[in-house]
This record gives sequence, structure tokens and C-alpha cells, in this order.
Amino acid sequence: MRYSALKIFTEGLFGNKGWTPAWRTPDPKADYDAVIIGGGGHGLATAYYLAKNHGLTNIAVLEKSYLGGGNVGRNTTIVRANYFMPGNSEFYSHSLRLWEGLEADLNYNVMHSQRGQVVLFHSDGQRDAQIRRANAIVNQGDDAEIMSVDQLRAEFPYLDYDQTRFPIYGGMMQRRAGTARHDAVAWGYARGADQRGVDLIQNCEVTGIDIENGVVKGVQTTRGPIRAKKVGMCAAGRSGQVAALAGLRLPIESHVLQAFVTEGLKPVIDSVISFGMGHFYISQSDKGGLVFGGDIDMYASYAARGNLPMVEHVMEAGMTLMPMIGRAKVLRAWGGIMDMTPDGSPIIDKTPVEGLYVDAGWNYGGFKATPASGWCMAHLMATNEPHEVARRFRLDRFRTGHLMDEEGTGSQHNLH
Amino acid sequence: MRLNCPLCGPRDRREFYYSGSEDLLNRPAADATVEAWNDMLHLRLNPAGVTRDLWYHETGCGSWLLVTRNTVTHEILATERVADRKGAA
Ligand SMILES: Cc1cc2nc3c(=O)[nH]c(=O)nc-3n(C[C@H](O)[C@H](O)[C@H](O)COP(=O)(O)OP(=O)(O)OC[C@H]3O[C@@H](n4cnc5c(N)ncnc54)[C@H](O)[C@@H]3O)c2cc1C
Ligand SMILES: [Zn+2]
Repeated sequence: MRYSALKIFTEGLFGNKGWTPAWRTPDPKADYDAVIIGGGGHGLATAYYLAKNHGLTNIAVLEKSYLGGGNVGRNTTIVRANYFMPGNSEFYSHSLRLWEGLEADLNYNVMHSQRGQVVLFHSDGQRDAQIRRANAIVNQGDDAEIMSVDQLRAEFPYLDYDQTRFPIYGGMMQRRAGTARHDAVAWGYARGADQRGVDLIQNCEVTGIDIENGVVKGVQTTRGPIRAKKVGMCAAGRSGQVAALAGLRLPIESHVLQAFVTEGLKPVIDSVISFGMGHFYISQSDKGGLVFGGDIDMYASYAARGNLPMVEHVMEAGMTLMPMIGRAKVLRAWGGIMDMTPDGSPIIDKTPVEGLYVDAGWNYGGFKATPASGWCMAHLMATNEPHEVARRFRLDRFRTGHLMDEEGTGSQHNLH
Repeated sequence: MRLNCPLCGPRDRREFYYSGSEDLLNRPAADATVEAWNDMLHLRLNPAGVTRDLWYHETGCGSWLLVTRNTVTHEILATERVADRKGAA
């Protein structure tokens, strides 16, 4: 069924009885050309582009829980392309361009809103670094502008400019950055993949990966064995455990990242704002809630909930930057499991097992990457060659020393 | 979350700096293979369940601690000083 304004209108006239489920719920077949482990944003996008760009439709996405129940439905939805390093820069640039055409492509409203993101700076050194970054972003073909304090005051009058501790020196704005409705991205890709014949199989946990003589043959699942010529691992925070089923150890440590949302308020914050001196960033959802978050809790964790020190830090940083939010009540807090790599950059690559591919290491930036990750993972699985914009996301770059440490914080999993 | 420092007693998590998996203690010889170094620095078992990792009592006694804990429940099962381990120099 094609969605349109006319369809909504006519359904409204006839009691909304004509809507059909957005995707089928098939039983798994015994045999597929390819299966994808993980029905989050990346797994669903991979399936969609395998079908759409490469004509592979005898494929299945295996999800241990329900579609979109992982991090794709738990993140703070920031979409941006303000990366610096070769390798990251062209990848996120490609991703942002895909975002800009995504709703038309999927015939699905993912509520992509290019409301801009500003990263504030609070010292001469930070200003230099942000100007350098802005120049690199412009060179990669995307937009960035440096805003003076006067320009910021006009657009964000509620920031605390005059505090002596962390005075605001200016900010780097990317106007094409913004937010999107996270669940809708999962649902849109799921529907698009299903329409092209992909089987979406929920409540189907992969419990084993079958390998014979170094070649992948299929997977064992809680809904029985499934044979497959190719297997893609898109398990985000659970990547280490899925890879262990194939006897692999990944350069990944899983950490918990928290986020918070307040009660709904009238429109007040119309861009995404990132503090430069503490772990805090904020935006306002279309429902009116202030959505904000900080950094990971800093120790390896699989609990989808965090601890109080980071809650306190995030609240303090928020109050330092914009005291006006002090009266808003926090409604909910939650955590998601992040697949942290030693350099903070992701992996889209073949593995030592023939026919087994890995898409992992998204740290806490994987939502914005969803379209390009699916695009490049599909390319890799279909052609067995890395896609041009993802060619540096090698699994063995840690061994060979080609790390991509965007923040320059050093080779430790929790520092990115 | 609290860690029980053998020297200082139970202390708030904020007093400690987390460094990473106990793999970091298995430092290869300087002339070991690239694989051995890659193992120690980057590759992780990353268990969901019981794990052992290294914490530094930064605002306390300055000990490096080896903490056995559960990554799913955040329960702390044991804490010992790296310097007290059998075979430690
Ligand atoms: C609080 C928070 C805020 C964030 N904010 C942002 C942000 O603002 N911008 C941004 O770009 N990114 C953000 N992220 C990061 C982003 O959400 C993730 O990097 C991204 O969603 C990961 O990819 P995914 O969508 O495929 O993961 P997921 O949705 O987690 O998908 C992985 C799926 O694999 C399934 N799975 C695991 N093991 C198995 C198995 N054995 N068998 C079958 N299925 C299995 C899981 O159930 C899960 O559904 C944030 C994350 C969190 C937690
Ligand atoms: Zn101590």
C-alpha cells in the first residue's frame, strides 16, 4: 500500500478500516541467499538496500526480540555530518545525502528535520579546533559556519553567556544537521524491505553460526536452523557475542549510554545544541519533550540502565549551559548498549570466515549512520568488495595501525 | 555503584577511574608479535555476565584494583589490589 495525503483523507472518511499491516510476519524458510542478524536500523537498512540496489530478495532479517526494539528506538536521534577524518568524512556525508532523500525513497514519514546543530566552544583552543573542523567539512562538500557570540545570542538567547567558569566564545553550526523520528526509520526500512520480498523474522535469536572449512553455511536460531550463503552481523551492542558464535573476538567493548526526556513543553529549543565543556547535548522533540544526554557511564556494561554519577553530571552540565531548563521535570531516563571500538570509528568488513560479514562498532553515533551503513554493508555483502565511502572501516585496522581516532583521545574503548 | 577497595573500604564509583579489561595486565614482551599486541590492546571477549577489569583508585589510595563484577546486573563480586595478586612483583 502506498501512503499519501489522499489515502489519509479517504481513510478518515471511511473509518480507517482500509489500513493493512506494514509488513508480513512470515515463518523462516529453510534456506536463504543471505541472512542478516539483527533487526535494528542497520540490519533493516542493509536488507532494504540488498533488495533495492542489488536485486537480492531471497533474504531474511533475524531479530531476537521485536523490530526496532534495540538502540534504533533508544537513541536521541541526532543526524549530522560534521566529521573530520578521511574515511569518516565521506561516509557521513554520503549518509546525510541519503537522509535527505529517505522519505521520498521509502514512502514513509521519518520526520527528518534539518533544524541545525550547533557545537559550542569555550576557549581559544576549542575555537581553533572547530574552525579547522568546519573547513574540513566545507571541503568535503557539506555545510558548516562559525557563529559569533552575537549571532548565537540572537538565535539562542537562553544560553548562559556571561558565566565566568565556561564562557561561550562561539559555535560551529551545521544547518543541514538535525533530528529524525527513530522508530519511524526502523519501520520505514522494514516496510520497504518487506515490500521487496525480504522476510522479517522476529522473536528469532541466532544461537550459533555454522561454519564448514572456513565457509559460512547458515545459522542456528531459536526457531530452528536456517541455511544461508551469506550472513551479515548487525547486532550493535551485542556484536561481540554474535561474533563469538563464529569464534571471533572483536575490537569492541560494550558500554551503557543514558538519555533523558522531560515533560512536554511549548517550543523553546529549535536546534540541537552541544555543550563544549561537559557531556551534554539537547534538542526538543516534536511532542515538546526536551531530549538530552551525555557520555557513556565509562565502564563495560550490558545493563540497559545507567548509574547516578552520569545522571548528576548531565544535569549539572545542562544547568550550567541553560539554567532555564531547571524547572522542567524529567519524565524518563533509559540506557542503551553501545559497541565501543578503541578508536571510536565503526567496522564494515569481511571477516576471516568466508561469507560472514560484520557491521559493528557504532559507538554512540550509529543512528545518523543508518542509511549509509545499510548502503555500504549491502554493497559489501552483494559484491564482496568494500564500498568506496566505507573502505577504511576495516576490521584489521587495529592490528595494522590504521586507527581512525576522530577525537584524538587514544586507543582505549571507553574514551570515544 | 560502590567498589570495595581493600585499603580504603567501600567507596563511591566516582572515586575510581576505569581503564578496561584485565587483558591489559597481560602485556606482551617488547619483541612479541603484532598479533599479541593487538590482542592485549584491542580485542575483547566482552562478556555479558561476569568479567574482570582494571580500576584505579584515583581520589583514594592510588591502588590499581582488579574488580570481578557482573556486566548485566552491575553486581560487584570481588575486589583485589593488582599488587597483591599471586605472582605480582
Ligand atoms: C541513549 C542513546 C543515545 C544515542 N544517541 C544517538 C544520536 O543522537 N545520534 C546517533 O547517530 N546515534 C545515537 N545513538 C547510537 C545509535 O542508537 C546506535 O549506534 C545504533 O542504533 C546502532 O545500530 P542499530 O540501530 O542497528 O542497533 P540496534 O537497534 O540495537 O539493533 C541491533 C539488533 O540486533 C538484535 N540482536 C542482538 N543479538 C542478536 C542475536 N543473537 N540474534 C538476533 N538478533 C540479535 C538486537 O535485539 C537489536 O534489535 C544513541 C544510542 C543510545 C543508547
Ligand atoms: Zn583505595
